[in-house]
Amino acid sequence: MSHWLILPVLLPLLCGALLITWYQASMNVQRLLSILSCLGLTLLGIYAVAQSGQGGYTLYYLGNWEAPYGITLVLDRLSALMLLVTAGLSLCCVLYACRTADRRGAHFHPLFQFQLAGINGAFLTGDMFNLFVFFEILLIASYALLLHGGGRARSRAGLHYVIINLVGSALFILAVGTLYGLTGTLNMADMARIIAESPEEKQPLITSAGLLLLVVFGIKAAVLPLLFWLPRAYSAATAPVAALFAIMTKVGIYAIIRVFLLVFGAGDDPIFPWVWVWLWPLALVTLVLGGIGVLGSASLRTMTAYLVIISVGVLLAAITLPGEETLAATLFYLIHSTILAAVFFLIADLVGRQREEGYDRFYITSPVGYRWLLGGLFFIAAIGMVGLPPFSGFISKAWLLQSAAGAPGGVLLWGGMIGASFLVLMAVSRAGSGWFWKPEPIAAPLWPLDKVCFSIVAVMLALSLSLAIWANPVMGYLLDAAAQLRDPNGYIEAVLGGLSAGGVL
Amino acid sequence: MQLALIILVPLLGAFAPALRRRDPVWRLALFAGLPALLSFSLLLSLLPQVLAGEVLVYQWDWISQLGLSFALRLDGLGWLFATLITGMGTLIIAYARYYFEGKATSGRFYSLILLFMFAMLGIVLSENLLFMLVFWELTSLVSFLLIGFNWHSQGARRGARMSLVITGGGGLLLLAGLLLLGQMAGSYQLSEVLLAGERIKADPRYPVMLSLVLLGAFTKSAQFPFHLWLPHAMSAPTPVSAYLHSATMVKAGLFLMARLHPAIADTELWFNLVVPTGMLTLMVGAFVAMFMHDIKGLLAYSTISHLGLIALLLGLGTPLAVSAALFHLVCHALFKAPLFMMAGMVDQATGSRDMQRINGLWRYMPVLMVLTAVPAAAMAGLPLMSGYLSKKMLFVESLQVSYPFWTTVVPVWVTLAGLFSVAYSIRIFHNVFYNGRPLDLPIYPPRQPSRRAMAPLALLTLGCLVVGFAPALVYDKVVAMAVNAASGTLVPAYDFSALSVARWPMIMSIIAMIGGALFYLARNPLFAIHSRLPEVDAKNIFEWIVDRAIAYSQRRVYQLENGSLQRYLALILVTTVGLGGWALLRFDQWQGPIALSPVDAMSVFGASVICLAALGVVVFHHARLPALLALGVCGLFVTLAFARFSAPDLALTQLSVEVMAVVIMMLALSFLPQRSPHESSLPRWTRDLTVAGIAGIGVGGLAYAVLTRPVDSISDFFLANAVPGGGGTNVVNVILVDFRGFDTLGEITVLGIAAVAVYAFTRDLHLKERVAQIADEHWVADPHPVILSMVARLVLPIALLVSAYIFLRGHNMPGGGFIAGLITAAALTLQYMAGGLVWAQERMLTQFRPLIGGGILLAGVTGMGAWVFGYPFLTSTFGYFSLPLVGKFELASALLFDLGVYATVVGSTLLILANLGKLMTVAGPGKEIG
Repeated sequence: MSHWLILPVLLPLLCGALLITWYQASMNVQRLLSILSCLGLTLLGIYAVAQSGQGGYTLYYLGNWEAPYGITLVLDRLSALMLLVTAGLSLCCVLYACRTADRRGAHFHPLFQFQLAGINGAFLTGDMFNLFVFFEILLIASYALLLHGGGRARSRAGLHYVIINLVGSALFILAVGTLYGLTGTLNMADMARIIAESPEEKQPLITSAGLLLLVVFGIKAAVLPLLFWLPRAYSAATAPVAALFAIMTKVGIYAIIRVFLLVFGAGDDPIFPWVWVWLWPLALVTLVLGGIGVLGSASLRTMTAYLVIISVGVLLAAITLPGEETLAATLFYLIHSTILAAVFFLIADLVGRQREEGYDRFYITSPVGYRWLLGGLFFIAAIGMVGLPPFSGFISKAWLLQSAAGAPGGVLLWGGMIGASFLVLMAVSRAGSGWFWKPEPIAAPLWPLDKVCFSIVAVMLALSLSLAIWANPVMGYLLDAAAQLRDPNGYIEAVLGGLSAGGVL
Repeated sequence: MQLALIILVPLLGAFAPALRRRDPVWRLALFAGLPALLSFSLLLSLLPQVLAGEVLVYQWDWISQLGLSFALRLDGLGWLFATLITGMGTLIIAYARYYFEGKATSGRFYSLILLFMFAMLGIVLSENLLFMLVFWELTSLVSFLLIGFNWHSQGARRGARMSLVITGGGGLLLLAGLLLLGQMAGSYQLSEVLLAGERIKADPRYPVMLSLVLLGAFTKSAQFPFHLWLPHAMSAPTPVSAYLHSATMVKAGLFLMARLHPAIADTELWFNLVVPTGMLTLMVGAFVAMFMHDIKGLLAYSTISHLGLIALLLGLGTPLAVSAALFHLVCHALFKAPLFMMAGMVDQATGSRDMQRINGLWRYMPVLMVLTAVPAAAMAGLPLMSGYLSKKMLFVESLQVSYPFWTTVVPVWVTLAGLFSVAYSIRIFHNVFYNGRPLDLPIYPPRQPSRRAMAPLALLTLGCLVVGFAPALVYDKVVAMAVNAASGTLVPAYDFSALSVARWPMIMSIIAMIGGALFYLARNPLFAIHSRLPEVDAKNIFEWIVDRAIAYSQRRVYQLENGSLQRYLALILVTTVGLGGWALLRFDQWQGPIALSPVDAMSVFGASVICLAALGVVVFHHARLPALLALGVCGLFVTLAFARFSAPDLALTQLSVEVMAVVIMMLALSFLPQRSPHESSLPRWTRDLTVAGIAGIGVGGLAYAVLTRPVDSISDFFLANAVPGGGGTNVVNVILVDFRGFDTLGEITVLGIAAVAVYAFTRDLHLKERVAQIADEHWVADPHPVILSMVARLVLPIALLVSAYIFLRGHNMPGGGFIAGLITAAALTLQYMAGGLVWAQERMLTQFRPLIGGGILLAGVTGMGAWVFGYPFLTSTFGYFSLPLVGKFELASALLFDLGVYATVVGSTLLILANLGKLMTVAGPGKEIG
């Protein structure tokens, strides 16, 4: 049988373990291994997308224990997509880190790999408790990465980050425990089946546990009253780490999609609408706060953190709307916003290092080296971020607006998205003009521009552009992914189908 | 294909000037001029087809899901605009060759201007509405770069930002509007949208859609009150102003209104939105223009006024209003561009654009004066000039308005506006070329403008004259087909002979001319009054608004994100309680079918101790040590509870975890202040107590409700399969290493990462102050008591033996790698405590990181071993063997996995401990441990 499905978790996990074991390895060896691992993950991601694009689910029964007893990995179109996005992003981040930040603290590369193992595991697992385990891995690894480089700001932001997320973990285990007590199973497909069949009198308890999970994933995804760890953590992190964190909130969003549309989504009278009742207003308020925050930020990294919050608001609000096409458009927006947020974190560093003083702060006017190159890069990235054509931002925004038009409450989403775009336009035009137009020309750059770093950002922007140009196949894939997500029974049958076959493959 | 070429040629051409920006200006102008000219001639070559009424469509799919396609369309309207854009563009490029003589920035200018031409052509030649929007936003962006062309001046930067925010914001609204329009029409293809007018106007969403589309058009075309950006766009170099802000970009909004006319126009709502806006813009522009002392400022406001005029005409809805609008649009482009060129030449010749200082230039540049006279007269609407005709057409249409209130208002209003326009037209000509002598000009005497630079100006002036003398010819050949396209029907030819004899329009014209002349004569007292009025600068207002918005946002953000962890946690808990509780609001069946087991004294005692100890932690939390002890009590009683309810594995694990946790926490807490300050107020105390209380009761209730309900769980399967499938009688251990070994692999990774994180964080950490403080404290006087170190050394081998035993028997009896690892770690920790860090480091294995990584690797590789046999990752196998002396025993692959667990646990615990301990020692920092 084919074992590739475990590799997106195992490859970075073992790579990280190897790097810790062989801690004397020279930096170049560490970098090589780390890059090779990310490259391998990218290939795996492409393969996963190709595999799931053919339809159906790919399953992997760990320990050869059939579902629902053992842990099952499930690959569907959504998880394949998330694997690919994560892998691509990680490759960019690790290359960027190799040029800049990986020496500023100990063990950057193994921690980075562990983080990837955690993220990929969360995308692949079909088991509630296993999801918790992977959340732990990515939490503790991200905490370590957040502290990478040291310093007061990072320690402070890191403390808030880790405590809030540990509270989230405690709630997670509480919710999973409750669900296990009510359903007697941990496998998501099995749980979905049992919840769909569970008697009326258990419904409030199940709903309550579901809402606890909403809080847990809401903390991860950064929805309004639960997001206060995010701005400082993201703006304190080292550039490549912050760029990788662009996918972290998406893990929360992924979990919301997966758990509520599957586990609480089966049967004739599914529970997830009760959850959406809360998610919808919270997401809209998050969107508004993000817009305000973008305008009020004092540095590009803080602004980017709030841009992430805007995207979270948009994504979560859109998830609650009915229809396959809206969900597909949401996923398109997810890809776009991940790339652009990462680009912005990297640009903050790229420009910050070329400024004589003030790093990425807006209120300090400082000469900047390579004004044309960096200014051009910022200009293009800003176009993408505001959602002006021809970048993926425009396409994703247009699609989301279009598909949400008929939905109840769609008007609010329209208003929120357009209003937020406007605020972002104001903020980035101000930032760009203050950085690249206002200061006197510089006599000579402080130090040469790192061509590799520059190219990484350029390549990421090119990806955003090609996402727009070749949107057709991507959209086709996403529509299929959305159709898959809206049909929890397909997932349940695929996973539990092995039950009748006797378990052994 | 030709259509695509028309658009693409300027785009491709834009690269040449950028790449060869050090070339002399004339060559760059050539690079830029050729593509523009090529597009222009391509358009001319298509004129016969367009005149014959053909609509050329070229289409290529892009994003079918969105309905967005690369679709181009050439009909009369598109042709008219495209020809204006390329024709004017060519002339502007020629003119700029002199304007940029000797300036290093010309390459950038030419590049951007071609890019802009590309974007404009895209707007007017799009067949697909969304495709059009792509170009629409592109014009805003390029315009931003062009207005900010001289970015070292604050005015240019602010002007650029202001125009971007207004036109870009308008573009966002337009996006919304067009999306709605497309949904109402069922397609974004113009050919279908234009035919769906009836359906669109009947749709309930029509008012919203129309408002959004018009907002987009108004912002772009500088209609009141969005006109504010246009005067400030004048910071751009003059060729830019002449091209973008008089002839092309600002016409994009009008183009859109004309383009969509058959689909969305001529309803009462349309009239009520467009006509008042157009009228206001017309009047405000004309009136303010009179008082502008800057030549370009005057031209900018006059442009606003003419844009308002055209919008007004498009809104009127009378049969020939569209004809008048498009005719005037052509006239305006022809007379406004030369005036801008004149302004640029005067600026370069004299170094000033202030009409209070520039006077009497006829002495210095008579040719320019003659060439300017014609467009100025056309702008004023003097007889025989193009503007005369178009203005009269406006008067004719204004008299045909049928809406009751507007019947008289509109004619009077436009006459008054005509009066102002006459006044400022006289002013720009008279003030610049006559009106005495120049007053302290920066460059005196003025330089002679180059003759050749005037060629484009002369050509445009000629154009004005042609239109003025042969209006019917121009109308029939150029405008009529555009009018047909814009109105969606065949409009009869305009009767210019009837126009010249119409009575009322003639009277209105005469009133405007005489009134305008009088108004100009009275200018000096009017200027005096005007100069006493407070000066209002829209840029400053804009900046003020932006600053306010930013300050407001900052305050809100700081209020919410105030850095208080307590508050964040309170918010999270309140949310949790709120959401979780909401679902249980109508839940009353807390007691499930399972009856409670009888209460015995032991359980009650244990539960009470746990509760009290937990309370103790809260009460004593200001003093670290007692709080920690209370926490330890909690842990101990949880251990006892596990033991009591027959979970010996859990009890063992909990016990060893508890020991290690307390040790590590003691170590960590010693770095913190020994007492935390009392800063809670009563309200906060109440808040926290309420939230925590409700949360606790909620969790208790939930657990109660869940535990009193029967459930079929997967645990039966585990019980049944532990021996046959996993080869172990200790089900907990089989779950850990086999059924759910993947979880365990994950959990030891978590532990390992945590340890590495501690190592990484403490490696470069210096706590000098803290170290000195510890050294001073009396309780460390005897850090390593002799008795303790002796006992510790004795305990070590026994403890190791115990852990080996626990490890080996784990598969069948309580124990296993995790517990064994913790026991080993505890034994080794004792050595550290007894002998001190340095002492222990010298005598012990200190390679903790390889232990951690090796453990994970071992567990992982063991899991991969199953692949060899064709089974999934982590599939275990076991067999029974017998050896002499030892007897029959079992070997399971899970044992290797468990060994990995063991190694990771030992390594992680000790790595954390040693590195925290290192911080205590004076010599410690800087040296890597583990």
